Amino acid sequence: MISRIYVAPRSSDIRGGQIDSYLLEHELTPEMLILVGRALANPITENFSINKLPKVKPFSYAIEIGFKPGVTDNVGHTTRETIIDLLHLENGENLSVYSSKIFLISKSIKMEAVKKLALSLYNPLIETAYITTLEAIRKENNFPLKIPQVILEKRTSIVNVPLAVSDEELIKIGREGIVDDNGSRRGPLALDLDSMNAIAEYFVKLRRDPTDIELESLAQTWSEHCKHTIFANPIDNIKDGLYKTYIKGATNLIRKKLGRKDFCVSVFKDNSGAIGFDEEFLITHKVETHNSPSALDPYGGAITGIVGVNRDCLGFGLGAKPVANTYGFCFGEPEDTRPLFRDKNMTQKMFPPKRIMEGVIKGINTGGNCSGIPTISGFVRYDDRYRGKPLVFAGTVGLIPRTINNLPSHEKSAKAGDYIVVVGGRVGADGIHGATFSSVVMDSSSPATAVQIGDPITQKKFSDAIVKEARGMNLYNSITDNGAGGISCSVAEMAKECDGATVNLEKVPLKYPGLRPWEIWISESQERMTLAVPPKKWPVFSALMQSRGVEATVIGEFNNSGKCVVKWESKVIMDLELEFLHNGLPQKQLTTTPHQNKFSEPKLPSGFSRTKVFEELLGNNNISSFSFISEQYDHEVQASSVLKPLSGRGMINTEAQVFKPVLSSNKGVVLASGLCPSYSDISTYSMAAAALDTAVRNTVAAGGTLGELAILDNFCWCSSYDKTRLAELVDALKACYDGALAYSTPFISGKDSMFNDFQGYDEKGKPVKISIPPTLLISAISVMPDIYKTVSPEFKNAGDVIYLLGETNDELGASEYYKLLAKHEKNNAIGNKVPQVNFKKNLKTYLALEEVIEKELLVSSLSVSSGGLSVALAKSSVGGMLGCNISLENLSGTLYGGDSSVDSVVDAKLFSESQGRILVSVSPKNILRFKKTMRGIPYTELGKVSKDGKVVVMDGKNKVVESAVKKLRDIYHAMSQRMK
Amino acid sequence: MSKKNKKPKVIILSGYGLNCEEETKFAFEQAGGVADIVHINDLIAGPKILAEYSIMAFPGGFSYGDDTGSGKAYANKFKNHLAQELEEFLSRDTLVIGICNGFQIITNLGILPGALTYNSGGKYLDRWVDLEVTGRSPWLTGIKKISVPIAHGEGRYMLSEKEYKALSRKKQIVLKYTKRTICEFQNLEANPNGSTHDIAGVCAYNGRVLGLMPHPERAMFAHQSPMWQKNKKRTEKWGDGLIIFKNAIKYFKTR
Repeated sequence: MISRIYVAPRSSDIRGGQIDSYLLEHELTPEMLILVGRALANPITENFSINKLPKVKPFSYAIEIGFKPGVTDNVGHTTRETIIDLLHLENGENLSVYSSKIFLISKSIKMEAVKKLALSLYNPLIETAYITTLEAIRKENNFPLKIPQVILEKRTSIVNVPLAVSDEELIKIGREGIVDDNGSRRGPLALDLDSMNAIAEYFVKLRRDPTDIELESLAQTWSEHCKHTIFANPIDNIKDGLYKTYIKGATNLIRKKLGRKDFCVSVFKDNSGAIGFDEEFLITHKVETHNSPSALDPYGGAITGIVGVNRDCLGFGLGAKPVANTYGFCFGEPEDTRPLFRDKNMTQKMFPPKRIMEGVIKGINTGGNCSGIPTISGFVRYDDRYRGKPLVFAGTVGLIPRTINNLPSHEKSAKAGDYIVVVGGRVGADGIHGATFSSVVMDSSSPATAVQIGDPITQKKFSDAIVKEARGMNLYNSITDNGAGGISCSVAEMAKECDGATVNLEKVPLKYPGLRPWEIWISESQERMTLAVPPKKWPVFSALMQSRGVEATVIGEFNNSGKCVVKWESKVIMDLELEFLHNGLPQKQLTTTPHQNKFSEPKLPSGFSRTKVFEELLGNNNISSFSFISEQYDHEVQASSVLKPLSGRGMINTEAQVFKPVLSSNKGVVLASGLCPSYSDISTYSMAAAALDTAVRNTVAAGGTLGELAILDNFCWCSSYDKTRLAELVDALKACYDGALAYSTPFISGKDSMFNDFQGYDEKGKPVKISIPPTLLISAISVMPDIYKTVSPEFKNAGDVIYLLGETNDELGASEYYKLLAKHEKNNAIGNKVPQVNFKKNLKTYLALEEVIEKELLVSSLSVSSGGLSVALAKSSVGGMLGCNISLENLSGTLYGGDSSVDSVVDAKLFSESQGRILVSVSPKNILRFKKTMRGIPYTELGKVSKDGKVVVMDGKNKVVESAVKKLRDIYHAMSQRMK
Repeated sequence: MSKKNKKPKVIILSGYGLNCEEETKFAFEQAGGVADIVHINDLIAGPKILAEYSIMAFPGGFSYGDDTGSGKAYANKFKNHLAQELEEFLSRDTLVIGICNGFQIITNLGILPGALTYNSGGKYLDRWVDLEVTGRSPWLTGIKKISVPIAHGEGRYMLSEKEYKALSRKKQIVLKYTKRTICEFQNLEANPNGSTHDIAGVCAYNGRVLGLMPHPERAMFAHQSPMWQKNKKRTEKWGDGLIIFKNAIKYFKTR
């Protein structure tokens, strides 16, 4: 029996005429349905009706948006739970609930227009739209009672895949997948010919063909996503590969150099990296990317990105508690509406940048807010080249006691004999081939099943049950996250700890019947963790999970067989040696071809006044406020907030954020990031050096300490088999190494995403390839001894003296200013003098900065970044809603040189993005002490904070900028106001 | 031990996506109480423990992900299993507070009037607000105005005009959004969500049951205020929000 309950708002609230609909499949009496209706509708604000449309205003069309069969329906799940609990249903497991939303359209428009409107309401990859007219449903007065049930045709559960075939066929299997019953291919394994040959050889030795699940499993474990082959393989004469040489190499050297002052505790080997917080706690951090899923389903991609990286925190050591989320977005220009298609026939349309942006922002909103984790730190960047594939970074900081039950909490090991236990969500066909999909270019063959919907509450339930209860009760030996590759990767990974595992795959709880073993094994269905639970502790563990509403299931046993064995109804369907599974991937020598781009120098404005262009620059998307994002993310939950995402009267976005993860301690954690993709056009070394310098500078400027500052790397590259791109990658890695060593800031964790290219067709059906600019995100995390010494970026008192620390050089290449001029001229004259980082000089400046903050001599402190000094002055002024009188005459640095004209000095002074600079203000009574501490450091006295609200910048006799803080505030917040 | 010296016991509900229980516990304990976090399923399994407690707190969070409407599913579960126990608890001289999602839950439980729906701005919003006390509740003794943050997507309080008049007369409309220090400072509108008559909090049971959308526990430290950087004084550790928790403890200690 199928029934439908409608819930409609009584008055028109912000939902307009939107109606919630619930399809229930179960024998339910009319009385029962009324009880359910009452539970679903708020009596004050809503009405409900059963099997008939509620009383609504006349409408011409109705659009029902529901989920496609099998797609996670959180509202449906909650409703199901409510109904079973309410009616004490005996056979409650048979109840199914499907939620949908109905939009009524009262305007008399054509069907075509309605169809177009519907497209803006749903994502065809995961949802369905049913459009009807008033006439069509008038008779029944009800929407069809048809449920979106998953019906999977019966298919062969296990197939053997002969590999004694031609190279062409091997390549085809690797690229497009195994041939299915119906002759179609299953989707990319992303295995190249060398890898396919290695697998073929292995099975020749075993004298048998691999099964499909073995091949799929190898593809997951060997994927670029999991094995990071580009970072691991030898490249040119770098024998140990980029990661070992430059990232791990730097960290190892730094730790050795620090000796007893080494603050790293667990680096690179776990789901997150960890450093010491205080005597009692460790603090962990991990940043992930979720680019490919976010391009196809922006909301789902982003929510699973943030909730997924939360699991990297829960999966650290014995399980860290998430205490902060971070995010970073790189989008195409939101006003860009040029269509892009994934296929030649132009049927698979990509979302335009604005839709991607809105979906991604909302995804992080739901994921973070629902989980009760403050979303503290973030940024957003725009560049035309992110329109094919956006970048979505998501990070999570965790807190964990150093010892749990008297043992170090960061160490864990599954023991032979432990049960393999999965907790959390069930497995469906969603998220199959996610790991292999993100390891290739996106095109028309990109699998729709790679998309998943997040369910933060399912995760919140097990997160609390594990971290706040089971962990302290010593109920498990090891834990890891199910991310890319699902249980195929998590079990194989944990099996390394004790050297073997056997899985009974039919035990894995499923969302619906009919999935084949290989699908269950590699599915990336969300919200699952894998644990190693000793058999004698299972009853307690199981009872605890049950009482917390968490599903926990034993799916096998860890052992020391040296193998990963998978059984299906007691038949062995996978039998691989761990050695081959983990280390069988053949090495490949990579080579590079260096090259250098050369750009024209722009024509600079004449005259001395730059007021107009300065104001325009401040309103630029890459510089202006993104308060519309910051304020929709809960950044104050857990009551830990110290320096918020928005600061001061004028609510400017801060470059670093401070929070206090332990309420009873005055110690704080500082978070910041650096990302300078524009510089990549000129030099990826400079790009990476600037990203690292910016992250470190932002951190120290707010009160972080270099002595306890760790960094994380997230490389997002493009066309990574192109030798010039690889040359650029090597350059960037060298900068990472140089910077980390210079500042003694170790890398503790990292991730790479190497194929951020879109290959498809434009509006004329012409093939296009859009590659992102090589992008490196450096995230910084630092411990601060006393949060009461935090310094915010805005000016605070008229009369305070303003200084610029560091040197300003003529380094306008690829700056926001030059990019703006190039946009005006419709050319690509972005110059060539990209900012160079002098790590040695900057280190001295940062140590002095640390000292003046420690002595509490600064009233405000802002790291100078995009847009240069003029933008920093504007932000500090807007933040405090105060003016300033500035003279640029004696700016220290190299401003003349090469081909600079006299006029360009003004441009460089105002807009150069030279690194290593901090804009500070000091109370007059502290000037002497400030100057004393700054001895030997390059700095310039610029002027004073003024109460008249005028922002005036002089260069000698010339007034180069003249504006007012109220006007600047309006410009700075204009985009956010529009987006609200 | 005399009643005055004994620390009042607070039960803080948790589970199914509530998430502010730890900081709420911290606030009650700073205020001088003893607080226990109890999962709703444990309370259902052993409801007798309620007799030990003087204060019940429904903290903020996202119970059931706001599915079917904020607070609804958690309230349904509570009602299905603990309706009688709640009645008994309220029949004693006890205090109850619902903060944010907790407020949404206890309006759905029916122990407070009105309902909460989507913000008029359509989006989740985290910002600070100024509140004025316009009614009577032991939770708010001695407070005239207070600045605290909100963080919600469904905080718009709805009430009929007739009920509003009746509740105002009975001093049950206890907290209203107003434009004072924080709003002046950051140039913000007083009412963040379109609530009827700027209502931020209401009470019932002679003021013993308080529901409010803003989060006093996120204003318990001075450093949490957006104005702290401007007026930084090292000596000042505690913020306004703590007074609400102190009032609750005082209620049991001064009688």
